[in-house]
Amino acid sequence: MNLAYRDIRHNFGHFLLTCFGLSLLLGVVLSMIGIYRGLVADALTLARTPGVDVWVVESGTRGPFAEASRMPGDIREAIARLEGVSAAGSITYQSIETRFRGGKLRLYIVGYQPGRPGGPDRIAEGRSIGRSHYEMIADRSSGLSLADRVQLGRNTFTVVGLMDNQVSSGGDPVIYITLRDSQELQFELAPPAARREIARGTGPGHTNTINAVVARVAPNVSAESVAEAARRWKHLSAMTQAGQEAILTRSVVDKARKQIGLFTGLLLVVSAVIIALIIYTMTMNKLREIATLKLIGAPDHTIVGLILQQALAMGTIGFGFGALLISTIKDHFPRRVILHPEDGLALAVAVVVVCLLASGLGVRLALKIDPATALGG
Amino acid sequence: MNISHQSEPLVSVRGVSKHFGEGETRVDALRDVSLEVHPGQVVGLLGPSGSGKTTLLNVIGCIQEPSRGMLSLDGDVVYDGHWQRSDLRKLRLEKIGFIFQFHNLIPFLDSTDNVAIVLNLAGSGAADSKARAVELLEYLEVGDRKGAFPAKLSGGEAQRVAIARALANRPRIILADEPTAALDSQRAGIVMDLLRRVAVEQQAAILAVTHDEKIVDRFDRIFHLRDGRLEPEET
Repeated sequence: MNLAYRDIRHNFGHFLLTCFGLSLLLGVVLSMIGIYRGLVADALTLARTPGVDVWVVESGTRGPFAEASRMPGDIREAIARLEGVSAAGSITYQSIETRFRGGKLRLYIVGYQPGRPGGPDRIAEGRSIGRSHYEMIADRSSGLSLADRVQLGRNTFTVVGLMDNQVSSGGDPVIYITLRDSQELQFELAPPAARREIARGTGPGHTNTINAVVARVAPNVSAESVAEAARRWKHLSAMTQAGQEAILTRSVVDKARKQIGLFTGLLLVVSAVIIALIIYTMTMNKLREIATLKLIGAPDHTIVGLILQQALAMGTIGFGFGALLISTIKDHFPRRVILHPEDGLALAVAVVVVCLLASGLGVRLALKIDPATALGG
Repeated sequence: MNISHQSEPLVSVRGVSKHFGEGETRVDALRDVSLEVHPGQVVGLLGPSGSGKTTLLNVIGCIQEPSRGMLSLDGDVVYDGHWQRSDLRKLRLEKIGFIFQFHNLIPFLDSTDNVAIVLNLAGSGAADSKARAVELLEYLEVGDRKGAFPAKLSGGEAQRVAIARALANRPRIILADEPTAALDSQRAGIVMDLLRRVAVEQQAAILAVTHDEKIVDRFDRIFHLRDGRLEPEET
């Protein structure tokens, strides 16, 4: 006769409610792990999308993501001619806030040269940019659809393509436009300011400025050797793709990553304490029954089995509900939530371990119960 | 009444003392208590609160070890230095049936399972245990409540199910702690009649601790405990 099963069946509503509460808690833990993974993945997305090997930026900076980097647009030609470089492209990055359908729309704009490295790697719907001006490819999380028209600066852009999972490290959806358009948007002065500059005699200024040059190297060529060659120019800094990713994870999102990591750890501890309290309370509520069972001759393993099986059932069902819940709603989070099976498995193992340890408290209490307490009213 | 003094006693307590604590905090709960209960006897243990009734029941029920003295249950001398905790548990399971003041049924088991669990613990199969449990519930005239959970039973019904549980393993010794305290006079009388029937038909020894004045005339023998000492027996 399985006492744990009988108890659960008899108090099914109460047990289910406890499992539901626990599932919400474990769901939050799982979502925090997913948010942590999403944050790191989002931070790396922009750097990984161009599929390049070397990043060349302004000297003395760790740009273009960690620090501002500005350099003349013709640097690309110099980099493209370095030995071992198979292709190079100029890119710009900037955040912008505009209005769309009466609402605020924050975007992260990447300017690139179509046909050269730096553009989107995969278009989910629509097409690539085919015209020199005023076309854009947008991430779906922006809420934009094909053929939507969006005002950026003084010009109106048409959405011709859509991408998935392209957001900045801050979570803003990314859009791609041509380098020329992005340079105008970023560096061209507004007419009154331009007129003032002309009156001062300095002219309106040129807009052929970029934030970085990205380069692919030929097969069998070391990216580090190309970066080393670029660094010989005193006005440039260069780093490999691995170096750029390290800057992103250890610098750009480092504090956010640690914050979420710490919070996830705290949540795990809180969950462990709550599970322990639930199991301890469940045992406390059965003191008289356990004393009676011991008095009528039930062996210790029957009592231990009752507590342990209930604790594991609660942990397993709670985790299952929690995982199901988060898997169902994760796409509705404002930022990307990435659930790796190995993270889920690790949390499941942690929950089982916590349940076993927490049942230890209950078991200790149960084994200490004097059967005599069943007598004497 | 079927009092067979010629037979060997099922419960034999000789010179049993039990004390708690030492020095200034020492409390002598039992002092040199001796008594015997024979098969077929229903014996009452009376006394004011704190007189040592429950302690004596705990000692006979193999829950508390006496500080001194000898206890024999159905011919086995207990606490002679060879008994492990698991042996005492097995002895309780096989030879002693317990009846409690508040029935102490397991709330998440129905009447049948409350009785069958004792048989299960003793190693019987599920089907045999259920069959015997139903047979006992019918014997105690609560067969129609075999699927009911304790919360749905009346006080009298619950106590009958508890008696069925106490009888499940055919124990020869039944220890009852205030078995009628939670019942009215009529139901208390029915429970005592049942215990009498069990004692006679199964040749069991029944020892009941009670305060209940309305059932004192139902016992074959009555022992009075005062300050841990047994007073001269009245019959």
